[in-house]
Parts: sequence; C-alpha cells; structure tokens
Amino acid sequence: MDAIIKKRIKQVLKGDQNAYAEIVELYKDKVYQLCYRMLGNRHEAEDMAQEAFIRAYVNIASFNIELKFSTWLYRIATNLCIDRIRKKKPDYYLDAEVSGTDGLTMYSQIPSDTRLPEDEVENMELQDIIQREISNLPEKYRSVIVLKYIEELSLNEISEILDMPLGTVKTRIHRGREALRHQLRNV
Amino acid sequence: MKCPEKYIAYMHEYLDEEISKEDALELKAHLIKCGDCHRHFQELEKSLALVKSVAHISAPDDFTMRVMNALPKEKKKVGVQRWFRQHPMLTAASLFIVLMMGSLLSTWNTEKALSVSKQPNLVIDHDTVIVPEGEVVKGDVVVRNGSLRVEGQIDGNATVINGENYMASAGQVTGDVEEINAIFEWIWYHMKNTAKEVVNFFEDKENAEEQSLGVAVFL
Ligand SMILES: [Zn+2]
Repeated sequence: MDAIIKKRIKQVLKGDQNAYAEIVELYKDKVYQLCYRMLGNRHEAEDMAQEAFIRAYVNIASFNIELKFSTWLYRIATNLCIDRIRKKKPDYYLDAEVSGTDGLTMYSQIPSDTRLPEDEVENMELQDIIQREISNLPEKYRSVIVLKYIEELSLNEISEILDMPLGTVKTRIHRGREALRHQLRNV
Repeated sequence: MKCPEKYIAYMHEYLDEEISKEDALELKAHLIKCGDCHRHFQELEKSLALVKSVAHISAPDDFTMRVMNALPKEKKKVGVQRWFRQHPMLTAASLFIVLMMGSLLSTWNTEKALSVSKQPNLVIDHDTVIVPEGEVVKGDVVVRNGSLRVEGQIDGNATVINGENYMASAGQVTGDVEEINAIFEWIWYHMKNTAKEVVNFFEDKENAEEQSLGVAVFL
C-alpha cells in the first residue's frame, strides 16, 4: 500500500488532483473514526476529517515522501481535533440537527460531561456509554487512548503523531487507562 | 491493605507488553494472593476490552466526493498539461493554431516579394524562377510569390506558394510538386509541417525517457 500511496502523492505533487481521491478513499474511515472518537459527534467528526484531508492536500509539498503518510495524516487530524476540543464553544452545533435523532437538536441533547440519571444510563446502548466515557477523558489522555486502542497504533507511532517523547506517551496512556478503569468499572 | 506502588506500574508495563519476565512472575504471584490488586487489574483489562469493542464506524458515503469538491481549484497549467497528454493529435493542431496562426496570417498578407530557395543554378526572370534546360537542381525548390518553370530537372520537391508551376515537356521533378494558392492550403501546408515536428518532438521525448529508464535499470 505504501508504494501506491507514494505513487499517488507524486501524481498529486505534479498537480493531478484526481490522484488524491484514491488517497482519501484509503484513509477516510480511519481518519473519520479518529475524529469521531475524539469529538463524540458525527457532524464535527465529518467537518474535522474533511478539514484534515484538505490541509494534507494543501500542504502535501511539505510532506517528506520517505516517511509514513498515515502518520503525517493522523497528526494533522489529531491536532485539528485537539484544537477543536480546546476552543469548543458550548453553543457549537446548538441548532444543528444531530444525525440519527430525527430532528432533535443539541438543545434537547445532554452535554457529554454531565452525568445522566441512572435509568437513562440503562437505556443507553453500551456503545454510546463507552463513547461517552471516552469523551469524558481529559483531552491529553483521550488522544493517546484513541490512537492506541481504537486506531491500534504502536506507542512509537503515537509519539510521532503527537510529536511527544515516548515516555510522555506512556505516562499518558497509563493515566488514561486508570481514568477509564474508574469510569467503566461499573458498566 | 496497602500494596507497593510497583504492582500498578507492573500492570501498565504488562499492558504495554514491556514487562520483564521476572517482574511478570512477581506480578502474577502477587495477583494470586492479593484481591485488591487482582480486582484493579481486572478492571483495567475490562475497560480496555470495552474501548476496543466499540464498533468501527465508516465515513459517510459521499465523504470523498465532498473532500474533492472542497479542494482548492487545480492550477490551470496542470489541467492543460493533462489534456495535452490525453489528446496528442488535437494537441498538434491546437499548438499550431494558437502559436502559429497570428504570425502565419501576417506572413501571408505582408510577403509580396518573390522569394526562392537558394540553389546556384536557378535562374530568376522577373517573377518567374527557371530551372534551365540541362541543369539538375539539387534539393527542394520553394518559390513564393512567383512562378516556377521547370525546363531541366529538380532533384527534390517543388513547392510554389502564391504562384504557378509550369512544367516543360523535358522538365522533371523527382519529388512532389505542390502549388499553394489559397490561404487554407497555406495553413494546411504549415500544419503538416508542425504536425511532423510535434510527432518528432514526442518521439524524441519518448526515446529520451526510454533511455533514461534503461539507465535507471542498469543503475
Ligand atoms: Zn496488592
């Protein structure tokens, strides 16, 4: 796959925009999944994932072709999500429809960091509970946990993506695991 | 019961698959006899199993299309280059039209004086170029804004632009004889030459690429 990606990148560098579509096809699910697990919202995830691909395209000349493209792409996507989380305004998408909720808006949704009453928790799908608890992780633990346990990346790759020493990545993963243990032990 | 911190550290080393054999055995021995640490370890493993169990979700169907539509517009130059690559035959024609038409038309309109290719044994009489009887003119003869009378022999093509070609009974032209009098013929004549040059250019380029590939293979 790396050979195909390299070939397509070279075509894009020569200005063949259509060659980029294949790159998007190959990575769209992984990037979208990363954004969704980081942000916990499909609309935002789609926006950020698209933005990540657009930025990668615009900056493709600065990509070192000898390195792994996915690492570079994940770095762009992760940084976008972290920025989004940090400056997230509470009214973001307040009026936007939430997918799969039949016209509900965020006005009628529960903010992710407030606790739900017990009976509502029971009605939530297990998947939603897990996603909610991932969303409840502090951002610096959330990114390492998502990259490690959802994207299944190695600690070395995570350290490259986050531009962070390996030791810091390990410490954050340990703390993230402890936080998840607290949050999910009664599920 | 308060256990040494190191057992928690061992658990994380174990989960990172970075624990030494000795530490792993020590942790195992401790977990067998310590309920608190055993529970702690199970809770860690359970929470990770839950996180890993979330169904992998896919990007929306129209995702790629939307990204492609949102990309900044391709540079014009590149689009034209691709079009040229895909339409080599039309490229020759359009290259000719775009680059040559202007100068060509002005050439047609302004060049009224007689001009002729330079062979020493051609005789010029007013607006007529004569190949004298018994003479052999080597190479192509091109007469512009005048007529050509062939009494001897031309060892090549004879082209008369905006004039007439008279062939005496003894006259002989080994190559093609061509009279060009209308502007369309004039354009066509140049177009054929341009097309030949374009084809040669592409062939040269291909040969050059093949050669460089050959070099690359041997390197
Ligand atoms: Zn213990």
